[in-house]
Amino acid sequence: MAVLDRYESLIDDYGAFRAACERPLPSVVRVNTIKTTVERARRALAASDVETDPVDWHSGLFRLPSDSAGANWPYFHGWLHGQEEVSAVPATVLDPAPGERVWDACAAPGSKTTQLAALMDDAGLLVATDNNLGRLSALRSNAERLGVTNLAVTNEDARTFSLAPFDGEPFDRALVDVPCSCEGTIRKNPDALDDWSIDHVRGIAGVQKGILRRAVQATRPGGTVVYSTCTFAPEENEAVLDHVLDAETCRLVDYDLPLDHSPGVAAWDGATFDPAVGKTKRIYPHQNDTGGFFCAKLEVGG
Amino acid sequence: MGDDGANGADSGADGTREGDVDGSAGPPTNDGQRFDRLPATADERTVPGRPTRAAVLDWWDERFGIPPEAFADHTFWERGAGKVWAFRGTVPTPARIEGLGITALRTRQEHWKPTTNAAQRFGGAATRNVVHLDRDRAARFARGEDQPLDRDGDWGYLIVTHDLAGDPEPIGVGLYLHGELRSQIPKGRRRDL
Repeated sequence: MAVLDRYESLIDDYGAFRAACERPLPSVVRVNTIKTTVERARRALAASDVETDPVDWHSGLFRLPSDSAGANWPYFHGWLHGQEEVSAVPATVLDPAPGERVWDACAAPGSKTTQLAALMDDAGLLVATDNNLGRLSALRSNAERLGVTNLAVTNEDARTFSLAPFDGEPFDRALVDVPCSCEGTIRKNPDALDDWSIDHVRGIAGVQKGILRRAVQATRPGGTVVYSTCTFAPEENEAVLDHVLDAETCRLVDYDLPLDHSPGVAAWDGATFDPAVGKTKRIYPHQNDTGGFFCAKLEVGG
Repeated sequence: MGDDGANGADSGADGTREGDVDGSAGPPTNDGQRFDRLPATADERTVPGRPTRAAVLDWWDERFGIPPEAFADHTFWERGAGKVWAFRGTVPTPARIEGLGITALRTRQEHWKPTTNAAQRFGGAATRNVVHLDRDRAARFARGEDQPLDRDGDWGYLIVTHDLAGDPEPIGVGLYLHGELRSQIPKGRRRDL
């Protein structure tokens, strides 16, 4: 975990941060409102003798005893989906409405995709793209178990995504939850940092820029793009936004986030960023006893 | 959106393919690599053996009493021989993509078979050929076990339900045959509950 020391200057209570990174994560499920209601899911879990702790910022999330997430009736019925608490953030920030056209650019294995579908009440066009066919198969089986029927799935590199199968019409909203160095998943995957290298961070940042640019291009003027990662590295967060703000016609916008968080950083490793990156939000593990996360909201157009 | 026939641009476009491997220009066949929207009716069918939207709606209605209105917002597509997908909305046909809605039904065989996921998603509206199981029998069904079943009526596929949080909820599909209810829950979805 020595890699994380590079962020000591960014984090107010670095000791608490490191201590949180050492602790395992609670098991969390999201209620799938395409198939049931939050109240009915709670009753079904109680009938299966599974204890639930509510998550105060999101009524559809429950913390469960760690061994029971997938072995109960409501899960079997597709009423529940295991999803880490901070992983539920970007879909709520994108906030799609029923009937809209929405793109999930890096969708597999589909936790956020199926959450988007639920926010859309399974109505409107939801396109899920991933470049990994094996992971797409996991996405498909999750979507089928959760009863998501408004989903079209494509297998391609999001950087060169084609709108052709969808009438060439742009999207109202896009979620860009990119592949990243995953530093913020250290509580779930203790080996997440084993293969960390600055070359990997720099390399994947180039991919992230390409995907975010394509998402801005594929979204209509006035539409919304949400960019998120599960990493702390500014190279993959604020620096990516700084690049895309310059290269595409879009702007960062502020948003409400009912979790403790810190603003995006304005400078890192000798570089300074567009001051608008202060509107992005960083979630550190010690702030809410969750994984780590980064989330930014963009409006497309001048 | 509920009626394929209302969208003239789509009808007739299903499954056209240039000849066969030997160069003869036979009738178009199903292409397993793409989604083709089902023709509204037999009159609009160009791919032999492809089910029609009308037949799919009739089948759910006749077999399970699920009215056509339950699928008013859904279009039906074939990818993979006889595999029918239900998609809420529409996209241009054919669609060379990896997924479109959920797999709903196996056709191109004598007895059409609904999928577990379609039974869960749409089966709550079923009024016939439904069997309701108590707690222990539902658990056996979810494990994939066969069990005795006393029932009037012909053999065939049934929608299997149990009570969950106070109301009946569809679990999946059972095959009723020779006094037995055979669980059709796919191996990967079986659970010991």
